[in-house]
Amino acid sequence: MALEYMGLSGINGPLIAVEGASEASYDEIAEIRLKNSDGSMVKRTGQVIAVSKDKAIVQVFEGSSGMALDNTVTKFTGKPLELAVSKEMLGRVFDGAGRPIDGLGNIMPEKRVDVNGSPINPVSREYPRNFIQTGISSIDGLATLIRGQKLPIFSGSGMPHDNLAVQIVRQARLAEGNDTPFAIVFAAMGVKNDVANYFRKSFEESGALGRVVMFMNLADDPVVERILTPKCALTAAEYLAFECDMHVLVVMTDITSYAEALRELSSSKGEIPSRKGYPGYLYSDLASLYERAGMIKGRSGSVTQLPILTMPNDDITHPIPDLTGYITEGQIVLSRELFLKGIYPPVSVLPSLSRLMKDGIGEGYTREDHPEVGNQLFAAYAKVNDIRALASVIGEDELSENDKLYIEFGKSFEAEFLKQGVNENRSMEKTLELAWKLLRGLPREELDRISTKTLDKYYEV
Amino acid sequence: MNKGEIYEINGPVVKVRDVKGFSMMETVRVGNDGLIGEVIGIDGRDTVIQVYEPTSGIKPGAPVIGEGAPLSVRLGPGIIGNIFDGIERPLTSIEGKYGAFISRGVNVPLLDETKKWDVEIIAKEGDHVCGGFVIAKTQETPAITHYSMIPPNVEGRIVEIRENGKYTLNDWLIKIKTADGMIKEIGLAQKWPIRIPRPYDEKKAVNMPLVTGQRVIDTLFPIAKGGTAAIPGGFGTGKTMTQHQLAKWADADIIIYIGCGERGNEMTQVLEEFSELIDPGTGRPLLDRTVLIANTSNMPVAAREASIYTGITLAEYYRDMGYHVAIMADSTSRWAEALREISGRLEEMPAEEGFPAYLPSRLAGFYERAGYVRALCGKEGSVTIIGAVSPQGGDFSEPVTQNTKRFIRCFWALDRELAYSRHYPAINWINSYSEYKDELDIWFEENVSRDFSTNRARIVKILQEESSLMEIVKLIGSDVLPDSQRLELEIARVIRTGYLQQNAFHADDTYVPPKKQAKMMELILQLYDMAKRLLNMSVPLSVIKKTGVFDKVASVKYDIPNNKPEMFDSYKEMIERAEETIKEEYK
Repeated sequence: MALEYMGLSGINGPLIAVEGASEASYDEIAEIRLKNSDGSMVKRTGQVIAVSKDKAIVQVFEGSSGMALDNTVTKFTGKPLELAVSKEMLGRVFDGAGRPIDGLGNIMPEKRVDVNGSPINPVSREYPRNFIQTGISSIDGLATLIRGQKLPIFSGSGMPHDNLAVQIVRQARLAEGNDTPFAIVFAAMGVKNDVANYFRKSFEESGALGRVVMFMNLADDPVVERILTPKCALTAAEYLAFECDMHVLVVMTDITSYAEALRELSSSKGEIPSRKGYPGYLYSDLASLYERAGMIKGRSGSVTQLPILTMPNDDITHPIPDLTGYITEGQIVLSRELFLKGIYPPVSVLPSLSRLMKDGIGEGYTREDHPEVGNQLFAAYAKVNDIRALASVIGEDELSENDKLYIEFGKSFEAEFLKQGVNENRSMEKTLELAWKLLRGLPREELDRISTKTLDKYYEV
Repeated sequence: MNKGEIYEINGPVVKVRDVKGFSMMETVRVGNDGLIGEVIGIDGRDTVIQVYEPTSGIKPGAPVIGEGAPLSVRLGPGIIGNIFDGIERPLTSIEGKYGAFISRGVNVPLLDETKKWDVEIIAKEGDHVCGGFVIAKTQETPAITHYSMIPPNVEGRIVEIRENGKYTLNDWLIKIKTADGMIKEIGLAQKWPIRIPRPYDEKKAVNMPLVTGQRVIDTLFPIAKGGTAAIPGGFGTGKTMTQHQLAKWADADIIIYIGCGERGNEMTQVLEEFSELIDPGTGRPLLDRTVLIANTSNMPVAAREASIYTGITLAEYYRDMGYHVAIMADSTSRWAEALREISGRLEEMPAEEGFPAYLPSRLAGFYERAGYVRALCGKEGSVTIIGAVSPQGGDFSEPVTQNTKRFIRCFWALDRELAYSRHYPAINWINSYSEYKDELDIWFEENVSRDFSTNRARIVKILQEESSLMEIVKLIGSDVLPDSQRLELEIARVIRTGYLQQNAFHADDTYVPPKKQAKMMELILQLYDMAKRLLNMSVPLSVIKKTGVFDKVASVKYDIPNNKPEMFDSYKEMIERAEETIKEEYK
């Protein structure tokens, strides 16, 4: 029988100090019963974040409102935070801490798993090589998503990242001839109610709800639970991928809210802040989420991550996108400029990148000309931007003939290649054909990133 | 043996109260699982310990046992070709014992203790030996011979010796009697504390380049064997890619690749690629000369701090055998952040951006372990350090980049603009520098080409000229420039696309020997001189361009295979012919 501790010796934000709790172990879960002034009892959960022989500091997930020094009873469970997992989770909705909130009752757990997970041994990892077709030209063509990759969407407030995520979820499919079951784990962290509803509705309409597990921590839900939301989601994803052999796509939105929750807690713990007030361990903490993507040798499932973050003030050097970019395998950056031009999806091509793309495209995967075409599109579009800068000074009329062709290329690249409908699903073949159509608008000598052999085959129609 | 119990736990930092016997830097075992930790501070009543594994579930009152020695690695055959975590535990053994996920309290031998090595004894009975003396020889991998040495601090007379034969790491090979009459057994392996540099006889001046086969590095910003370099760059600029290229092609005998706080998939990629790629020097898979140390970004942060030291200690060990070793540390920023995280937990007073005030001295201590030395055994060896830096927001004014700059002599600045236009390696030729240039010129002139440094100087001048002309071009376009200046731009374009840009995925272009680099430079300059002469005859640049020579020279990197240098002659003739034809027309 575990000991129970009456009362507290201090309360600061969501943190409470329990005196004399030498039984407590680091990181374990505590249950706190709280007697309200009207005599009713409330149960709360918390986690030990520091412990010494004299006292334990517990972070209360639901917050400390209503707590006083003398109205609580704390019990230490001796276990880290665990999530009950089973295949039944598919189609269900949970709150940020993994409790069902769809009114369908608890699931029958296959097992209970520590939500913190363990790092995958680099030796046991399988290098990701197979692409996921999203049906979106800018992504498939230029920043191909690979199974087992972590590829975030860097967006800004007001931009259509949610629509893009939904479109990816709806259209995502594996290469031909692969019938491994496909599941989606959706983690909402501090998102608005209507955004959460939009996702739920979209999953429903596309008939995907049966293969989606949702973890919802909304903007007005407890901040501490926000820290747990992605951990629960990834624990569920790992279970489905590595024990039920499914390919799992994890959509996490919004990482910015998650990092802000982390900062809020860090400052209430009185930790020394580093850049912009975020804790010094923000990198390690984000890595403990992102690195849970991957594939393992000898198992057929995979965890692919599509985190979404809104860059504060559209600033890509802000610590959250910055540290994310250092951990993830590339990024898809949305551009306000394209968005204002009415281009959907407003994928800013030059800073977007998929690091794993080079090993998962080309012959045997997509089509043999894909790497060269992608490279050439980048190079040509980079040149378009230089020429546009020049044109804004000297005027378009003064440009050389060659430069004018580039300006034309730039226009049609944005209007035909980047732009596509919310429900438009383009095949890889179609994306590449479109690319060639645009490249043919440039003189053959200008295509210096494509080999003569490929040009001979594709340049002339 | 010291024993205490835990008083307080805060993340990876654990305190023991009222126990006196622990010493600084001593290795300890924490809790019932025996997690590995290290004493990092002793303050009145409290002994502060950093733990190299997650501390979840540990309770105050759990035992802490001192091992009486500082954190050490085991040095012996079996290191090369292996992949370790931050404190030299082999990841393959961990996988074998614990499965695909790394659990806590991992307990595996540091090196394979069961394998029997074929040992040839070199030492003789009666020899008086001291530290560094080679006692035995083992073929560690087909590419590397392992020399077992007397540990640096040991001296004495050999009193007993074993026959040549098969021995494990735990067997003794010789016994020596030290000055104070003690008998010491010495075998294939030894231990060394990671934070203490291994001694050598003499540090020598550097005068040999580490040839990397990367044109922008070898030609413009060369690094010496025994030198130090930093590769700073924001994310997506190709730090890791550049490190991989160097690890593959640098002409070091041994490569130690430290993945410090980086991606798991990258380590997998290195493992996979390096077992398949063949080293042009030895004809064996690259893995036969490579050691990998992996502390991925989700592995414990304290071990990240140690991983850098583990790597450099392994490097020094092979240097002591007379090998040239190159270390790639990717990324030192993660190591600095690990320092900051631990420092924060200790509630130390922060200096810049929360980094501890001792960041510069730690960086200096690390980079100073590089060098070209005469080892204790009398042979010459070197340790070259190439550290990636991941500046926050790609801003080079942040503390880690700035402090690193003070202790390195090669600075390869990666540039986001170049990376965005897919110019790789994205090393900016204006912001980068190498202080080794002058020291290495003699080598390049003697071994590569007599004009190497003069030609390089001309190339640099053209690039600088271009960068100042570009300021004008950005405002008014290139059409208004006179032909002489447009020629500079045109030649600079040939240098950028045909020389500095290098394709890591092209069979020939991925590695280019210095001789071919020199020839390519010569060809570009020949073209430049020829065009200049024609411009002086008032031939318009457009006429010269029409001959196609510029594009031909720019694609020499693909069109002339590395093993056919004689093909350069036909290109020379082509340029001469073009000149003659135009001269005829404009006479």
